[in-house]
Amino acid sequence: MILRVAFGSLIARALTVGMTILAIALSVALFLGVEKIRTGAKASFADTISGTDLIIGARSGSVQLLLYSVFRIGNATNNMTWESYQDIAARPEVDWIVPISLGDSHRQFRVMGTTPAFFDRYKFRSGQSLAVRDGAIMSDLFDTVIGADVAAALGYAIGDPIVVAHGLASFSQHKDQPFRVSGILEKTGTPVDRTVIVSLEGIEAVHVDWQSGAQIPGQSTPANVIRQMELEPQAVTAALVGVQSRLQVFGLQRSINEYPQEPLLAILPGVALQELWQIVGIAETALIAVSAMVVVTALIGMMATIFSSLNERRREMAIFRAMGARPRVVLGLLVLEAALMAAIGAILGLALLYVGLFIGQPLIDSAFGLWLPIAPPTMREFWVLTGVVAAGAIVSMIPALRAYRMSLADGMMVKI
Amino acid sequence: MPDTFPILHLDDVRYRWPGRTSFGLHVPSLTLVRAETVLLLGESGSGKSTLLSLICGTIIAQSGNVSVAGRSIAALSAGKRDRFRAEQIGLIFQQFNLLPFASVKDNILLPLQFAPNRRNRVPNLNAEATRLCRDLGLPDDVMTAQAGTLSVGQQQRVAAARALIGTPPLIIADEPTSSLDAATQTTFLELLFAQSRAHGTTLLMVSHDARLSDQFDRVINMVDIAQTQRIST
Repeated sequence: MILRVAFGSLIARALTVGMTILAIALSVALFLGVEKIRTGAKASFADTISGTDLIIGARSGSVQLLLYSVFRIGNATNNMTWESYQDIAARPEVDWIVPISLGDSHRQFRVMGTTPAFFDRYKFRSGQSLAVRDGAIMSDLFDTVIGADVAAALGYAIGDPIVVAHGLASFSQHKDQPFRVSGILEKTGTPVDRTVIVSLEGIEAVHVDWQSGAQIPGQSTPANVIRQMELEPQAVTAALVGVQSRLQVFGLQRSINEYPQEPLLAILPGVALQELWQIVGIAETALIAVSAMVVVTALIGMMATIFSSLNERRREMAIFRAMGARPRVVLGLLVLEAALMAAIGAILGLALLYVGLFIGQPLIDSAFGLWLPIAPPTMREFWVLTGVVAAGAIVSMIPALRAYRMSLADGMMVKI
Repeated sequence: MPDTFPILHLDDVRYRWPGRTSFGLHVPSLTLVRAETVLLLGESGSGKSTLLSLICGTIIAQSGNVSVAGRSIAALSAGKRDRFRAEQIGLIFQQFNLLPFASVKDNILLPLQFAPNRRNRVPNLNAEATRLCRDLGLPDDVMTAQAGTLSVGQQQRVAAARALIGTPPLIIADEPTSSLDAATQTTFLELLFAQSRAHGTTLLMVSHDARLSDQFDRVINMVDIAQTQRIST
């Protein structure tokens, strides 16, 4: 009954209490949202590549190599020569090797040249393989397989022509050699969704009449002539490597890093990811700290509301006292009230988070390629919510102690 | 058959508000027996409220003895005193008696939360609250209404029901009728008397209105029982 009375008191002050609860709910939703995005981004990054033992590219930084080869973020400073690639491919430790050739684009999406082996070897989300939703993997020189987001964003279907642009955000187009969509991949939640995949030879084919990044004026080799040509690439951007035995990973990595003919870099994707987390970690911590401060601010706001309500509620407290409630009960009522507000705010915040996830999930996915899973609350989130309620109760002790002293002094007679 | 056992006894009680040297209250003797109805008359500033606070145990006399139902309340700890008050005394104030946001029923049952013995005397809370409301002339549907939505007269009756529930031996009413008009005043007092007589409850009512005198067993003037001292500094 005391609980019902306390609840009634809250409802009687619905507007201010509602505002306070809303502030708490928003701050909790923000905090949990930041957590969700943080863990979601981490999981999504970690899920992007699996089953690859080494990534090889021209010597740069390990994080940079990881970012441009797997996440299509940033650019390669240099390529590795085809000779080096073949040399490494021929090593006995190498079980499989898949070349990647980047640098061209189609609209806002990057074009990646590779071999059909990519579709067998590239694994994501702990061992899942790419699956073709429509059509088939490229069989012709000018065939292309596009990611789910590319198809969705540009409305492409099987058989549609694609003109590849030279470089990124470029106006010079490889107009002479249009590609044809031969397959559309199943959605993966990885950068592959936003990639136009062509064969390694296809990349060479569009560059037949090009030299030093520009088309040779007046020169345009017809497609059927190109088909007759020997289209062996000069260089590739990077290569994904699987080794025969995991024990050989470090040995192979060392020998590639010390490759005498060309400065190369071999990285373990997991290790590079760890390095990336270390860089991102500082920003991450700052983000958590800021959103935690927002929660604290909301709770202090609640404390201020309780403080300002004390005077108008002196009579309420005096009635409780007159009915035989100890000052301790008055204190308990205020703390209970604060805990109730914090609890409602926390639950509402959780609800807001899920509403936000439902609305934001496709938007975040299309804007950042980040797929946030909608899962039931985790134990961690449960503890966060419990912490908010506990913090609310603790913070309310300050006005509650004041009320305690006030009701001791007032007794049951309030002269207002 | 009212026995003559004193429900309330004050003996040479002296009180001075802390921090103030200028005002003190001295009550040499005051005794109320069971089931009597007493009107305590006094002008404002005569120390009535201080006297009531002393009886209720929210303040403690510097010297002398205040006993309620045979127990010296100064001997009780603060927490025990609060419970003792809930057990022994039903209170009605001048106005703003009720928690306006709570239902009438919750308001009536509120003191029982803090008085287990008093609660044990009420076998069926709902039925007893309804009965009291009915006896005090309140409609049945008032029970679930928010106390704040009632008229002032109805609120005072709810306050009376709250004071009466669980039949505490002493009811203290501090100017309960001053916010009521004459007609409502009479009905309210009649109902209050009827109820307290039915349960053998002692009623101590404080007022400045001497016209109510003939309805009470006994009338005490504040000036006769207490001296307020204004010590000039």
